[in-house]
Amino acid sequence: MPETFPRSRAAGRRPSALSLIAAATGLSLAATACGGGEADEAGRDQEGGNLSGELDVFAAASLTDVFESLAADFEDEHPDVDVVLNFAGSSELAVQINSGAPADVFAAADTATMGQVTDDLGLDPDWAGEHGEDGALFATNTLQIAVPPDNPAGIETFDDLAEEGNDVAFCADEVPCGAATTEAMEAAGTDVTPVTYEEDVRAVLTKVELGEVDAGLVYATDVVSAGDRVEGIDFPEAEEAVNDYPIGLLSGAQNPEAGQAWIEHVLGGGGAELDAAGFGTP
Amino acid sequence: MTAVPPTPPAAPERRRLRARSGRLPWVLVLPAVAAVAFLVLPFAGLLISAPWPDMGERLRDPEVLSALWLSLATATAATVVSLLLGVPLAWLLARTEFPGRRLVRALVTVPLVIPPVVGGVALLLVLGRNGILGTHLDAWFGITVPFTTAAVVMAQVFVAMPFLVISVEGSLRGADRRYEEAAATLGASRTTVFTRVTLPMVLPGIAAGAVLCWARALGEFGATITFAGNFPGTTQTMPLAVYMAMQRDPEAAVVLSLVLLLVSLAVLVTLRERWVNA
Repeated sequence: MPETFPRSRAAGRRPSALSLIAAATGLSLAATACGGGEADEAGRDQEGGNLSGELDVFAAASLTDVFESLAADFEDEHPDVDVVLNFAGSSELAVQINSGAPADVFAAADTATMGQVTDDLGLDPDWAGEHGEDGALFATNTLQIAVPPDNPAGIETFDDLAEEGNDVAFCADEVPCGAATTEAMEAAGTDVTPVTYEEDVRAVLTKVELGEVDAGLVYATDVVSAGDRVEGIDFPEAEEAVNDYPIGLLSGAQNPEAGQAWIEHVLGGGGAELDAAGFGTP
Repeated sequence: MTAVPPTPPAAPERRRLRARSGRLPWVLVLPAVAAVAFLVLPFAGLLISAPWPDMGERLRDPEVLSALWLSLATATAATVVSLLLGVPLAWLLARTEFPGRRLVRALVTVPLVIPPVVGGVALLLVLGRNGILGTHLDAWFGITVPFTTAAVVMAQVFVAMPFLVISVEGSLRGADRRYEEAAATLGASRTTVFTRVTLPMVLPGIAAGAVLCWARALGEFGATITFAGNFPGTTQTMPLAVYMAMQRDPEAAVVLSLVLLLVSLAVLVTLRERWVNA
């Protein structure tokens, strides 16, 4: 952006540098690491469903906190299973799966992205026959306007984002949160030109946390995960762009038994965790 | 080539001949071939999987052209900045003694080690709107750096300048200091020695460092997207465009990568010819 404008800003509300760096590193590592090695023992223990081996779960970045906590519970329940979580933008995960990255379960941030995993590498046909071709829906997520804690630009509605002098960060169109942003913008009938189209929703959140933008469009769950580092503002147009989260067992799964158990764990026991994290129910 | 002279030459000369014309040592050739294969095969993969018929159309896409132009312009600007700042720094590191020199040299290489995304966050924490320096820039001059083309150049300088500094420092250390000493005894000032003797001597090292620096800047992704954001025309360079295309249409991403690759190769080859012919 070539234009610059004077701003006055309250000092002393800089978020902890370490926590942000940690968050960014985690993201970059998750984005580059295509999952660990192969599951040596494909969890086929005869003793009454005892599961073992490595379980590779590819999940949308917005699921980071919930899945990490669910994985801890799961590993307590099945001590021989090692849950390996790979978080990134859903579309990137779909590309990784299509390129043969070792994945047992895929949880995407929208049904369209679940459809991007191609047929022979897509959902396990038997499993999909039982639970649906696009996976089993386990959560919904709604957009919110995230602003820095003291809301320096005084943003209250979606229309405020379009105001001159307000720097806004959006997700890029190519990723699910960007597609949802476009839908919400169409519903609002307001044309907003952001200063940046970020590569995923956490990147938008980071920009808001650092106070580099006056507002960003993120999911309600991201606002919850950011704690008091950002404030979330509901806006009615978000109802037009609710994201459904599907989860499914992949045909290439090395450890299908543990994969199925994980999916049941998320569908059955994940409700409270999902709710606490800001997700809705489908 | 088997050079067998009609009359056996004197012993030392024969040894030299054998060293030149003997068979290549396989301990060197095998790893070298493996290295070439490892470096070139991924390119071959790109070339084979590229949808060639779409190439012309993509090249006419205004968004691709603006990303390409932005990449070339910012990488060149970043190289110029790195030369202006990095060559003097390399000279200080190689030719002077000052307290903490080792520490400074270690710190200069930090950007090589840390993930670029972290570099981008670090730049935001210093030069961002609420950053340590950025707050003052904003309050005093009304300047905000992030999300501007200048931020793209800064991110590139941050990750690419160490390559130049290390390369130039290496050539400075390798250069024969007796020429500089001779110039100094003949009365040349330190600045004159630097510009008239040192600089011409290490020019090949500077050129190599500049090429490395330019190439690294051209491919910069993590620090750029974190510090400068991603907006077509102002901050979306080719690597960012490639990443975004990857999200929707991996084939388009392959084409964009090839475009970047071919253009950068063309630039480097042209420059090299010019240097060799000059």
